[in-house]
Amino acid sequence: MRETVMEGSHAVAHAVKACRPDVVAAYPITPQTHVVEELAQMVADCELDVEYVNVESEHSAMSACVGAAAAGSRTYTATASQGLALMFEVLFNASGMRLPIVMTNCNRALSAPISIWNDQQDSVSARDAGWIQLYAEDVQEAADQVIQAYRIGEDERVRLPVMVNMDGFVLTHTYEPAFVPEGGDVDSFLPPYEPEIKLDASDPRSFGEVGYPEDYTEFRYQQQLAMDASREVIREVAQAYCQEFDREDYGGLIQRYHSDDADTVLISLGSMVGTMKDAVDGLRNDGESVGLVKLRSLRPFPEEELYDALEGAKRVAVLEKDVSIGLGGAVHGELAGTMFNRDLDASLHGFVTGLGGRDVTVRDVGSIYRRVESGEAESVEWVNVDENRLFEREARGPTP
Amino acid sequence: MLAPGHNACPGCGATLIARYALKATGPDVVVTLPTGCLEVTTSPYPNSSWRVPWIHSLFENSAAVASGVEAALKAQGRDEKVLAMGGDGGTVDIGMQAISGMLERGQDVTYVCYDNEAYMNTGVQRSGSTPLDASTTTSPSGSCSFGNPVKKKDMPAIVAAHGIPYVATANVAYPKDCIGKMEAAVETEGPAYVQVLSPCPPGWSMEDSRMVEVGKLAVQTGLWVNFEKRGDGVVYTKVPERQVRPVEDYLKPQGRFKHLFGGEGGEEELARIQAVADRNLENHDIVR
Ligand SMILES: Cc1ncc(C[n+]2csc(CCOP(=O)(O)OP(=O)(O)O)c2C)c(N)n1
Ligand SMILES: [Mg+2]
Repeated sequence: MRETVMEGSHAVAHAVKACRPDVVAAYPITPQTHVVEELAQMVADCELDVEYVNVESEHSAMSACVGAAAAGSRTYTATASQGLALMFEVLFNASGMRLPIVMTNCNRALSAPISIWNDQQDSVSARDAGWIQLYAEDVQEAADQVIQAYRIGEDERVRLPVMVNMDGFVLTHTYEPAFVPEGGDVDSFLPPYEPEIKLDASDPRSFGEVGYPEDYTEFRYQQQLAMDASREVIREVAQAYCQEFDREDYGGLIQRYHSDDADTVLISLGSMVGTMKDAVDGLRNDGESVGLVKLRSLRPFPEEELYDALEGAKRVAVLEKDVSIGLGGAVHGELAGTMFNRDLDASLHGFVTGLGGRDVTVRDVGSIYRRVESGEAESVEWVNVDENRLFEREARGPTP
Repeated sequence: MLAPGHNACPGCGATLIARYALKATGPDVVVTLPTGCLEVTTSPYPNSSWRVPWIHSLFENSAAVASGVEAALKAQGRDEKVLAMGGDGGTVDIGMQAISGMLERGQDVTYVCYDNEAYMNTGVQRSGSTPLDASTTTSPSGSCSFGNPVKKKDMPAIVAAHGIPYVATANVAYPKDCIGKMEAAVETEGPAYVQVLSPCPPGWSMEDSRMVEVGKLAVQTGLWVNFEKRGDGVVYTKVPERQVRPVEDYLKPQGRFKHLFGGEGGEEELARIQAVADRNLENHDIVR
């Protein structure tokens, strides 16, 4: 691997290249464009030997990946936001047929109002699609997770598609120092994809048949078993990767940061974790008992790991860039659900923040911590809502 | 290569068309099929009628899945053919975008549309391929309706406008012509498209035993035109003059046109349909 300073999207493209995919099918959308443009340039310069299918939509991008993966090829695509939403039905189809497609999702808010800026509503809304969902904290992790994703998804115990999420602009368009693979760097870590069942005239098989009620449940259940099995594989692969390429310990499905002895534990996923680590450092310097848990994997949901990490906590706060309108942040809701039957003594609070590209600063994290620590925090809170920008304000009359 | 024992209705045109297509491709082929009657009736898990590698993904993406298969075979240096099939709904309506993309990219795929002129799998709703005045469950005839108010979408012309090397129409009732065109399509390098009329006894409300006869009548009345277009040259299949029939002969055996006969205003509608047929026969100089 070569240490360099590179834009996040380009680092990801280099990771993809090193994985030697057979087929790339993609459709442009901000902020994913630099990933697929870089791959196209590699093809144009004969640096990357891949069938690059310039499809006419994200629906077809994922469909082409389904066809190519079923035919036994290693496939890649990338998208964001509206593109991921357009793929929705194909996502379920890919996981149902157990095709280990790898996709980078460059997290972006969903319309309306249309916004090209970052939050994680897109991937969080697709969390029931049967895809493994990993979240990257920085450029290095976004690139590394692509390589890990192929090995996880293609593992015989798993055979599921993997979505690697990286925050739009915050990671895709940021230059950071990173180790990127070159040439055959990952060949021994990632052997060629050779599925035992594929579309092949010498051994004809049918893919995507009609599932009657007597079989459908068992198909779905086996997806669940595969997802459960992926927990161990994600851990193994992260560990093997760190050893092989000399990375700091990723920690599997979650990463703990000063959380072991903390009274208050913050939880988040994606690039916001970086900011939160700085906030935790500052608060700890001030003598606060606070720590952080980063979710690397949203699916499978790291229930056991979270329980272990939260067992001694008094207060837990989830900060997330998504909301299930009518409830609250999805991760907060899921954490509450999985902990309901466990004897956790902590209060649990959810914070909806960072929507549509709004910055979440170290100060914001600090104020959230203070609210939680002082016992003022509600079960679900929206952070920094500006009353002056609510368009119903006029209809209600001037605020006193 | 399409095993018996599937659940298709007696007199189903689509299953015959699938057999023709597999005759044309031979066993070294990968088939993609969208959601629809042919898919549902031939692939009830754990059984499958397909003795060739086959994949059904979704309703609108047969051409996109086929594009991925083609790319994968190329990447792996394999030489199987790729056959994408689709019903009229999966082709001319919801699948249109994916097909357009596949054609424009020049992918080496043969696309066969079996055109039964409605969404049969979901209970005979109209599609863009439903002809003028056909009664369907979403374009029913009624006291103030003669059924489908607009004429059939000219998908072959839309496909041809992509400038692909091979476009043809065919009819299940003329197997030799149909298989010949499918063979030509498969031999074509790059995208090829064949749209085949596929009478559907339950969907068209007619007797099973009349499927082939009605298919022929579509051609003999001029309501279905068979042609073959390679590059810029179009060849229309001629209809011998002694076989030419008035449109009533085609419409009468089909319950979907029953409302045109005997009721008020039916005559004018029949005249409109006859005008469509006349234009076809004249414009393409079909009668010999
Ligand atoms: C996105 C989506 N919309 C609607 C459907 C429901 N649907 C399944 S098959 C079908 C009609 C198929 O019609 P056609 O392509 O003409 O094939 P046929 O059944 O007539 O052979 C419809 C509407 C679906 N499966 N997916
Ligand atoms: Mg149909």
